Amino acid sequence: MAKYGFFLGCIMPLRYPGIESSTRAVMESLGVELVDMKGASCCPAPGVMRSFDQMYWMAIAARNLVIAEKMGVDIVTICNGCFDTLFEVAHKLNHDEEMREKVNKILKDSTGEEYKGTVTVRHFVELLYRDVGVEAIKAKVKGEKQLKAAVHYGCHFLKPSNVKKIDDAERPHVFDDLVEAAGMVSVPYKDKGMCCGAGGGVRARTPDVSLAMTKENLTNMTNAGVEVIVDCCPFCHLQYDVSQPQLKEFNIPVLHLSQLLGLAFGLEKEKLGLECHQVKVNL
Amino acid sequence: MTEAKEPKPEFTRKVVEAGGKTVNLCFQCGTCTGSCPSGRQTAFRIRKLIRRAQLGFEEDVLPSDDLWLCTTCFTCYERCPRGVEIVDIIMALRNMAVRQGYMAESHRKVAELISKTGHLVSLRDQDKQLRGKLGLEETPPTVFADPKAQEEVVKIAALCGFDKLVAGGK
Repeated sequence: MAKYGFFLGCIMPLRYPGIESSTRAVMESLGVELVDMKGASCCPAPGVMRSFDQMYWMAIAARNLVIAEKMGVDIVTICNGCFDTLFEVAHKLNHDEEMREKVNKILKDSTGEEYKGTVTVRHFVELLYRDVGVEAIKAKVKGEKQLKAAVHYGCHFLKPSNVKKIDDAERPHVFDDLVEAAGMVSVPYKDKGMCCGAGGGVRARTPDVSLAMTKENLTNMTNAGVEVIVDCCPFCHLQYDVSQPQLKEFNIPVLHLSQLLGLAFGLEKEKLGLECHQVKVNL
Repeated sequence: MTEAKEPKPEFTRKVVEAGGKTVNLCFQCGTCTGSCPSGRQTAFRIRKLIRRAQLGFEEDVLPSDDLWLCTTCFTCYERCPRGVEIVDIIMALRNMAVRQGYMAESHRKVAELISKTGHLVSLRDQDKQLRGKLGLEETPPTVFADPKAQEEVVKIAALCGFDKLVAGGK
């Protein structure tokens, strides 16, 4: 099986390291080798950092892309934000020569390297669906734990769909299929594709607005009778996990797909890092 | 009687150059506003913001709080029947606003952290302990574990003028 540069980002390694240990364990059991991208930084975040200065956003992202290029591996990330930035910046640099020259000038003067355009950026949900496959995941699942799951795609995994080209942005199925392969039931709920409320710098700047969006999602999930929220992005994960104690009226455990697969594969619970979640996970 | 404001096409041109090249395609149908999760909770109307940018009403757009209510969810971008790249327009406008010094204190803090350290989240003792307990390296193998890499990232911030951009402002 192929080898990938594992891009860590910020929130996973620093706030929810259980997602990192789960991803490492799950990928190993599926035969996907992950290698560290030493010296990588923040992607930088596509909503908030791109809002401030697009040249800085692209230059830092390009430096991260170059780390993988020099290692001769493609990149995999478990975060929608990191995926969006690295995928979009690679796409822009591959299609806009003038921009690429500008960014490469900055890279040359800071790192001595340049972006060549040889790296592909993968989101682990898409990698699991396309390369590993639903059947291989089903084959690893132990026990029968049929929980009603609210699958939350988040925004930047599939959108903008004209460049990502992974699934239908309005009615996707790839993530649901993986959650069901893990023995869960993906439950339909109102406005399922809606943003968690965290992105674009809204969580930092106007937390009340951010929380109101999260509350609407949590209300819709509760009305559908879900027992667990499954996400594929540490920022959505944080938003759902941290907001529930603030809102006081909800108590739905939040799992990143890597943690859900870890549970379904029967991996050691201690390696999944569930105890650092704000909403207790007793599944 | 209210007076109609004169459009200022020179600002619209700046928006186009800054990355909002599809701004003039908008015909004000409102599909964007009807799709906006942020607009459900607030008086933010993305259709109106695009119209103001189209007419070049710089003083209504750049200082406005509305500009920062978009979560960049791309729902409007996906649904727009005219192919207006709405998120790209928002990004162009926000970059211009920041350059004019409009930046919230909470955003400045985040920007400062990444510009100095390369990450937008800090590494605390409790994070190290938890990482160790999970069998991970206490310090993740990123810029945090590599002073030379961190120097590179700081240098990029300086070359882009990002460090100064973050330090200045209103």
